[in-house]
Parts: sequence; structure tokens; C-alpha cells
Amino acid sequence: MLANYGYTDGSGDYFLTIDTDQCDGCARCITACGENVLEMAKDDYGKLVAKVRDQVAPKLSYVCLGIERGCSRREKSCQTECELNAITLTW
Amino acid sequence: MFVAGIDIGSRAAKAVVMEDGQVVSHAIIDTGAESAKTADKVLREAIRPVGLSLEDIEYTVGTGYGRCLIPFANDNISEISCHAKGVNWCMPSVRTILDMGGQDCKAIRCDAMGRVVSFVMNDKCAGGTGRFLEVIADILRVPLEGIGELSLESKEPIPFNTICAVFAKSEALTLQKRGVAKSDILAGLHEAIATRAYNLLRRVSPEPEFTISGGIAKNAGMVAKVKAKLKLEPVFWDEPQIMGALGAAVFAAERSALAASA
Ligand code: SF4
Ligand code: SF4
Repeated sequence: MLANYGYTDGSGDYFLTIDTDQCDGCARCITACGENVLEMAKDDYGKLVAKVRDQVAPKLSYVCLGIERGCSRREKSCQTECELNAITLTW
Repeated sequence: MFVAGIDIGSRAAKAVVMEDGQVVSHAIIDTGAESAKTADKVLREAIRPVGLSLEDIEYTVGTGYGRCLIPFANDNISEISCHAKGVNWCMPSVRTILDMGGQDCKAIRCDAMGRVVSFVMNDKCAGGTGRFLEVIADILRVPLEGIGELSLESKEPIPFNTICAVFAKSEALTLQKRGVAKSDILAGLHEAIATRAYNLLRRVSPEPEFTISGGIAKNAGMVAKVKAKLKLEPVFWDEPQIMGALGAAVFAAERSALAASA
């Protein structure tokens, strides 16, 4: 399942998508993120997967730095750490 | 054997009771301050007309934002999964769902089994939700049930570049004082909300068939606008507001059967 978090606002598309079929629950993205955007939770079928924290989802573009404009400059990010390419961002 | 699904939404609570794969009854009430009490009340409302008692319900699944607070539920499942399940039960050919509720709006794409393939939920702010339309109806002094129809009478919709609830509210007030027709204000607001819904739908790569659920599915003006943007004709079932509760009841039936065979 593609779990899309985020929104389109006046300045563009801000979506973080987690492919929960790919995600194996290793939690490396969570440790890699310096902004505390993600957490682990069970989905409806009992599988432990990464998700955007509920408190963060409505203000995603203010908490998450994005890859292109932000975390690509860091040594580690949710994307570099996810070996299964389960995480994509639109900005 | 009877099972139940209860959906505690931000504005309305719904319950569906099923027996052997058929819907026996349903109820919709306003959500109260306490989820547990609301859940109990809406289920009682649903079973009363068919002469059942709470003990007759063998398995209950809760969903909605208050789902973790229903003490007597056997299970709780997210509203995303429940919506897809409910829609799949009554309209198996549907692949794309737009749910417009009291305080959030979600787009879901599902497979032939009713499993979620992709979803997105918009809970950024109140704009674009049922609550927002209630406020606007109140400001313009038109009955909420009539705003969709009234928006369709517009000849010159007023463009709203914001649907931030706070701004749109004061803008609507100013426009009304200036004597702009209510239908034109409403048409503009409906357009803005439909654009937002369309942005969500795009995210999940919509496929036919398409349905709209939630309280706003009863708003003819909004349905017309969303349909025009998406270029897909929506299909509907009798009661679009109970899809979440219906899906929860279908899950309840499946899980109780599983528990019985284990
Ligand atoms: S892009 Fe950066 S801030 Fe956003 S979730 Fe990934 S690591 Fe965290
Ligand atoms: S790093 Fe990738 S596979 Fe591991 S929990 Fe995060 S999303 Fe899932």
C-alpha cells in the first residue's frame, strides 16, 4: 500500500510516501531522521511499518526538510538509509 | 449471527449491524464529547428498531478517529481500510473513493478485494470539509442541505484563492455585505473545495469506477464540481455516509468467522 502523507498548498506539492509493501520494519529511517518525522506502527494487518507521526502529518512541510532542498545535503536521511527504497518525497 | 461496525467521526457517529452478509440496520447520530458513550448510543439506536439487544452482537469493530476509545469493540481498524472495505462490499467495481467528512477529506484507491492500494488524507486545516461548509451556510443564512443546489444556480462564481477557513469566512461576509449573490459566493467556495479534493485524488492515480462517500456526497453542487474536474462519473450507494461503519461491520463478520474457525 502507498501511504501518502502531506498536502498540496499554495507553494506546491509536499508529500512523503511510504510503500508499506516494501517496508520491512527495520526502523533505520527513524534513527536517520534528525527531525523526528517518522515512527513505527502496526498497520491494519498487524505488520510493523514506518509512518509519519500523526502530529507531524498536518504540518509536514514545516517539520520535514524534504530531500531535494534539505536532507540530500546531509550524510544520512530516511532515503539513504532505506535499503528497500520504500520512501519517496516530492520535494 | 449478528456483527456490528461503529465509526466515530469528528462530527457524526455511524453504526451498521449485519447478519449473514446482509445489512440489517444502521444509525447516524451526532458525535458527543465522549467516544465511549457515543459508541454505545449509536449502536443502541441501530439495534432498537430491529428488536436486538447488545448481547446479540457477537463481534464489533470500531473505526474513525475515536476508534481506540470504544471499550466494547473486539478490534479497531483504520477508517482508510474500513472505507475501502465498505465500498467494495456494496460497489465491487469501484477503485477510487473520495471521502469528504466533517473534518477531513481522504482519497483512496483500492483493488478488487477492497484492499487499499494507495491513500492520502488531508487534515491540514478545516477548509475543504463538512465543518467548513456548515460555517459558511451559517454566515450566509442558508440551510446547510440547500447550499449545494444553491451553488448550482450561480451565473458568475466568485473566485476564492484561499480556502483557509478563517480567511474564506471573512471574505464571504464582506462579499455578502457588498450585495453579491449567495449562489455566486457558494459556487466559488464549492469550486475551491473541489479543487482541493481533486489534488488529493490525483495523488492516488484515480481509476474508474469512482465514488464519493461521507456527508458531502449528499451535496449536489460539490458532486457536480468534483465530477467535472475528475472527468469520471461517480456511482453511489443508498447511504454514502455509512461506508466506514459498513466496512467495519464487514471486517467484524470476517474476523468473527476467523475466530470461530481457529
Ligand atoms: S527528508 Fe529528512 S527530515 Fe524528512 S523524513 Fe527524511 S530524514 Fe526526516
Ligand atoms: S528504512 Fe525503509 S524498510 Fe526500514 S522501516 Fe524505514 S521505510 Fe521501512
